[in-house]
Amino acid sequence: MAATEKRPVTGFGPLNGVVGWVDARFPLIKMWEEQWGKYIAPKNFNFWYYFGSLAAFVLVLQIVTGIFLTMNYKPDATQAFASVEYIMREVPFGWLIRYMHSTGASAFFVVVYLHMFRALLYGSYRQPRELLWIFGVLIYLCLMAEAFFGYLLPWGQMSFWGAQVIVNLFSTIPLIGPDLSEWIRGDYVVSDATLNRFFAFHVIAIPLVLIGLVAAHLTALHEVGSNNPDGVEIKKQPKDPATGLPLDGIYSHPYYTVKDIFGVMVFLFVFAIIVFFAPEMGGYFLEYNNFVPADPLKTPAHIAPVWYFTPYYSILRAVPPVLGSQFPGVAAMGAATMILLVLPWLDRSPVKSIRYKGPIYKGALALFVLNFVVLGYLGTEPTNVWGQFGPWLGNVERATVVARVGTMLYFAFFVLMPWYTSIDKVKPEPQRLTW
Amino acid sequence: MSDQINDGRRKVVAVTAAAGACAGVAAALPFAASMLPSERAKALGAPVEVDIGGMAPGEMQVKEWRGKPVWVLRRTKEMLEGIKKSDAVVADPKSAAKQQPEYATNEYRSIKDEFAVLVGVCTHLGCSPQVKSLDAQAEMGADWAGGFYCPCHGSKFDFAGRVYKGAPAPVNLEVPPYTYLSDSKILIGDDKKGA
Repeated sequence: MAATEKRPVTGFGPLNGVVGWVDARFPLIKMWEEQWGKYIAPKNFNFWYYFGSLAAFVLVLQIVTGIFLTMNYKPDATQAFASVEYIMREVPFGWLIRYMHSTGASAFFVVVYLHMFRALLYGSYRQPRELLWIFGVLIYLCLMAEAFFGYLLPWGQMSFWGAQVIVNLFSTIPLIGPDLSEWIRGDYVVSDATLNRFFAFHVIAIPLVLIGLVAAHLTALHEVGSNNPDGVEIKKQPKDPATGLPLDGIYSHPYYTVKDIFGVMVFLFVFAIIVFFAPEMGGYFLEYNNFVPADPLKTPAHIAPVWYFTPYYSILRAVPPVLGSQFPGVAAMGAATMILLVLPWLDRSPVKSIRYKGPIYKGALALFVLNFVVLGYLGTEPTNVWGQFGPWLGNVERATVVARVGTMLYFAFFVLMPWYTSIDKVKPEPQRLTW
Repeated sequence: MSDQINDGRRKVVAVTAAAGACAGVAAALPFAASMLPSERAKALGAPVEVDIGGMAPGEMQVKEWRGKPVWVLRRTKEMLEGIKKSDAVVADPKSAAKQQPEYATNEYRSIKDEFAVLVGVCTHLGCSPQVKSLDAQAEMGADWAGGFYCPCHGSKFDFAGRVYKGAPAPVNLEVPPYTYLSDSKILIGDDKKGA
């Protein structure tokens, strides 16, 4: 690793001189080789390994479309809604840029959820990748903040009332709550002041943090090396005597460059179909009520967050108030996201990958995913969606009972993990990578 | 250059660093404070006058006070009876929780029985409930005696703004400070006359 005499730059043809001049003054070649060009990755990446590079791609897409949206958007309560309609109807290709951005938000969460699921499948959060995982969770939290702030900007009914509900969550915090939510809003109610500051957070503050975290995530990844579907460390394997490189490692470039570009291509097919034919996705990506301007005096008949928040929203609603305070539900929702941070220390299995883990973990993960989807669905619906149980159960709503069971299952997956992963029957890991 | 650590200089470094950290915190305060409600926002939160002279029984006005909807409802006889009836099904029939000024801590949670003045914001998560009359029993359950229903998470309130047992909302609807300027005028947001 220690810097030695720099090799002369080759491979740039007539530009060798220019690149060499830069490289003598800036670690251009070194950075490229460490971060990607000579980064050695396991040879057996499968389908699940598309989603990291796709997340990076969607981040770029959101930044670029976002920049162009700010050229016409007005962060002003009296003009915001109309300026979005202006973008949609009168700005050349404004509709395309706006729908790319709104679809991109949902695509981001689809990609990130699949990326996180990959980590759960193959134990990518395990030692030595704990910090890599923590950076990832922080990115996920930033994304949620970014999406929440961004959703207020169109100043539709759902923007307004969604923000109202979420900011009021903070007012349930004992003692400081009411003052805290007033400070967040900058007013006694979600208003122009709130819109303006959410715009500032959405377009500059959070994106800066996000980009910093992504850089940290990638740096940590390239420091410890990628995990793989077998969960076996290629760095611990015997080296190829001819090259001195791990036997089961290949260069990211060009091998995974090509693979990732193929992934981006397939992603863009799907993305384009949604942008052009179903940008609202039946009310899941853009809620119908958000095409009505915000009205502080009229609550929509049903308020639900966008789909990517709904599992946590279900958890919030499932926890009953204690001593007249809604705070326990808010705390449970917060804990549901924070518990991800300690995941690396909860998994006690001697193996990383699900390929060698036992039936208990396989069952637990399947149940967790199913449960997450059910909680997500319930969060999009009112609590009376499945009617009530009879008087024998106190007329309690069926969906509320299911959400309560789901909430317990969600936490049980994590809290019981040290126990069930240590008693699970595992298979031996192979010496070399398989496919 | 000596290898020995100069304790005096170390101390100066530590004190300077500490002073710098204090300055950093102090410099952050104006930024945090700039996010508080501005003078204009505070001025817009001033009291609101409501003319109730021409209101028919059962009529409701919605006024904006501090950006929140405030309901002024002239309750009918049936509505007032419904409030008495719902004593058994509401969570806090005596209005023990301080969700109303002293002068409204009574059966109907109001200064005059007929006129309800309530902040129309659900105490659960800030949605605005809707009026559901007594006839909505089919939808609201057999114990329904008329009142307000929050569409967000299904909280029910009677016509005095008292929350039903088992609803997600933890406490009764808030009664704002208000006062009668005359028989036909209410001032919302201030209970000291002449303000």
